[in-house]
Amino acid sequence: MKKVECIIQPGRLDEVREGLTDAGITGLTVTEVKGYGRQKGHTEVYRGSEYTIDFIPKIKIEVVVPKDRVSGVIDTVLEKARSGRIGDGKIFVIPVEETVRIRTGERGHEAV
Amino acid sequence: MNDSEIFSRLRCGRRIGRMLLHVPVAMGAGLVLPALSFAGEKAAAAPDPGDTAWMMVSTALVLLMLPGLALFYGGMVRKKNVLSSMMHSFVAMAVIGLQWVVIGYTLSFGPDVGHFVGGLGSAFLKGIGPATLHGTIPLYIFVMFQGMFAIITPALISGAVAERMKFSTYVVFILIWSTVVYDPIAHWVWGTGGWLLNLGALDFAGGTVVHVSSGISALAAVVILGRRKGFLKTAFFPHNLTLTLLGAGLLWFGWFGFNAGSALASNGSAALAFTNTQIAAAAASLSWMFTEWRVQKQPSALGAASGIVAGLVAITPAAGFVTPPWAIVIGLAAGVICYFAVMLKSRAGYDDSLDAFGVHGVGGTFGAIATGLFATVGGTGLIGGNGRQLLVQLTAVGATALYAFVLTLVILWVLDKTMGIRVSDEEELRGLDETQHGEHGYHD
Repeated sequence: MKKVECIIQPGRLDEVREGLTDAGITGLTVTEVKGYGRQKGHTEVYRGSEYTIDFIPKIKIEVVVPKDRVSGVIDTVLEKARSGRIGDGKIFVIPVEETVRIRTGERGHEAV
Repeated sequence: MNDSEIFSRLRCGRRIGRMLLHVPVAMGAGLVLPALSFAGEKAAAAPDPGDTAWMMVSTALVLLMLPGLALFYGGMVRKKNVLSSMMHSFVAMAVIGLQWVVIGYTLSFGPDVGHFVGGLGSAFLKGIGPATLHGTIPLYIFVMFQGMFAIITPALISGAVAERMKFSTYVVFILIWSTVVYDPIAHWVWGTGGWLLNLGALDFAGGTVVHVSSGISALAAVVILGRRKGFLKTAFFPHNLTLTLLGAGLLWFGWFGFNAGSALASNGSAALAFTNTQIAAAAASLSWMFTEWRVQKQPSALGAASGIVAGLVAITPAAGFVTPPWAIVIGLAAGVICYFAVMLKSRAGYDDSLDAFGVHGVGGTFGAIATGLFATVGGTGLIGGNGRQLLVQLTAVGATALYAFVLTLVILWVLDKTMGIRVSDEEELRGLDETQHGEHGYHD
């Protein structure tokens, strides 16, 4: 089991979600986050002064899938979330030790 | 009911309404309609119904500018200070609303004392009754109309002190400031016997009395209060510009009462002021927007809203004295001048939080001078060959600015030594809504 964690541009969420649904992904978790990568924020002008905005709003999508479906998820996110401009985000793949469905107590693949 | 029946009922209703309108006049003054009075019969003094109605509406319009100002300023502060900023305007309605009838009106418009201030003869509105007239309107309405100006002026200053001033001190400050700064200045310019009125200063609706006095006082307040923590290091972005735009719209709407009501009658002068108000607001909004577009590559909503207010401020003293083409000039110039005045603060390093000085101080000064340049209706400015008017306008602006600046410095210095004028660093960090009012504007 792996967790695929994607940091994407907020405006790309709907397309990514549709793509993942079409790819057979049944569940995902979405969080509004802020942060920065290599771009180190951006500058905005307010009342004549320039300010660096360090933390840029992004969306974090978390999907837990069997190992053999990871590359499919990554391909979908790459296709749907890429604008080609700086700030498109990152994808992290993280090992998951165990998954438990709270309602039934099922574990492992059945719980996803 | 078909259309013609509706129309006939409406006409009937209007006729009844018009007849009813004249009943109290006829009863009170022994008149019927002027058309039916005998030739040569002299009417007893009675309020003019049209003037009275317009002045009541104007008075209410100016009051609406306070919630407008609260939204305009409230949207520009950070989320944690929205209530505190809006309260600055709302508490002015309460505090000055009372101060005005107790002592403010009489200090401004009471019997002249030394051409400087009104006497105390009309404290608590003594000697005024329903039958007392001011020109063609009941004196009560004149008192209330002027009272709205007294209310909004200190509230304008609040833009400069936002996000860091103690609420308790703010309340005491506006009470003292209104009494010792606003009321005398109002007497100088508008009170019978006032020295600037005697000099011939032109201020149709409060360019010097309202905008120069508040804008310059705002600068003095910033000198004493100091900068917000993190000024110029962190951006204090407006938390909700939709409120700011709505506020600007309400200010524009209310300003028709402010300027056209200053004719104190429902007449051609009011119509001219009304027209110029519309023109200058539109022109200044455009010129601010295009200046920003050129300098910063994008037209911002905040810029368009600020431009509206800049235009309204600048046309205020000139509203009834200039022709519409000059209102366009005043509006276009105000947008550009106030834009650069606002940009100046980050270079000069003073923290006028919401640009009370940049818009009201600078815009009001420009408007008062422009009145001395372009006045051709009910007064003559430089373009009409009257250079003296320009000197008088400069005197009025200079005297008002100097008096307001020095007095504000003194008042706030004393309040700082006694009550303290600034919240603690910790309180500023947590926000004034929580620390001054025990509330939050928004609950997630």
